[in-house]
Amino acid sequence: MKGMSIIVKKVSQLMAGLIFIYGIYIILHGHLTPGGGFAGGAIIAGAFILLILAFGSSALNLKKEIAGSSNTESVAILMVVVMALMALLFGSKIFFFNHLPKGEPGELLSAGVIPLYNIFIGIEVAGAILTIFLALVIFKEESSK
Amino acid sequence: MELTISIILGFMIIGAIYALHAKDLLSAVIAMGIVGYGLVICFLLLKAPDLAIVQIVVETITLVIMVAVVLDSTRKELEPSFDRRSLLNRIAGFIIFAGLFYFFLLAIENLDPLGMHSLGMADSYVNGAVELTGSVNLVNGVLFDFRAYDTLGEAVILYTAALGVLTLLRMKGKK
Repeated sequence: MKGMSIIVKKVSQLMAGLIFIYGIYIILHGHLTPGGGFAGGAIIAGAFILLILAFGSSALNLKKEIAGSSNTESVAILMVVVMALMALLFGSKIFFFNHLPKGEPGELLSAGVIPLYNIFIGIEVAGAILTIFLALVIFKEESSK
Repeated sequence: MELTISIILGFMIIGAIYALHAKDLLSAVIAMGIVGYGLVICFLLLKAPDLAIVQIVVETITLVIMVAVVLDSTRKELEPSFDRRSLLNRIAGFIIFAGLFYFFLLAIENLDPLGMHSLGMADSYVNGAVELTGSVNLVNGVLFDFRAYDTLGEAVILYTAALGVLTLLRMKGKK
């Protein structure tokens, strides 16, 4: 896969950081505004896919990237299960129990464990979508050789 | 609002039918985009902005990947051939369509009107979720507190899909 022209490269370079920060905002404010882990993770994966499409596959080491993204999503899904098991240790005997203090509804630091679940689900979704995209790109590179 | 949604649904049906019959595969992919982005506007009109965010991002990513695939392989569609077998397929498809349409007409009589629900569980979700979960965004509160098993299932499905793609496509790389 070849890279695109210098205009596309420069604009995507400027925009990718903003898209990434918007994804983080969607995830962190998931318990306050519309959105959450799934939407924010898809947006973060979109920022990476934009950069890879603009700069071409020769600009970065794809094998290293796919190892990193698949490891990240594995650790994130493991952390979701560990968080659910933590509720068994602290507080009650219910899987997925919201054991942290709820706080005042509407504040950024509220709703107990829900923001933490949002963060880990967001990392998992971003890693999964990026892994699928990178696997397709590497398959095309190897089959065209 | 129902009139607007009906017009958008009409455009989506036209786009889907055009995508099936287009000779150029690139225009078929673009016509599939009409269906996805029309669904985004429908979600916004039905007051589901979080679904609209997910749908617009996923639609854009899949559209880009499909355009890359079409530009890399072929743009021509295969010529359809008419023989006894395709005639039989068409007759079977028409019979199934007519049967499904009949049952749809039967079912739509018992359906609640748009925006009115008759489930008792929805009331306790809407009225009591903020005190019980502490989350102002009701959808997220239900998703990660009352229905956390569903969310775990969805995340595991996505993880398994990524593992499946890796297993199928990276067999050569591991040797």
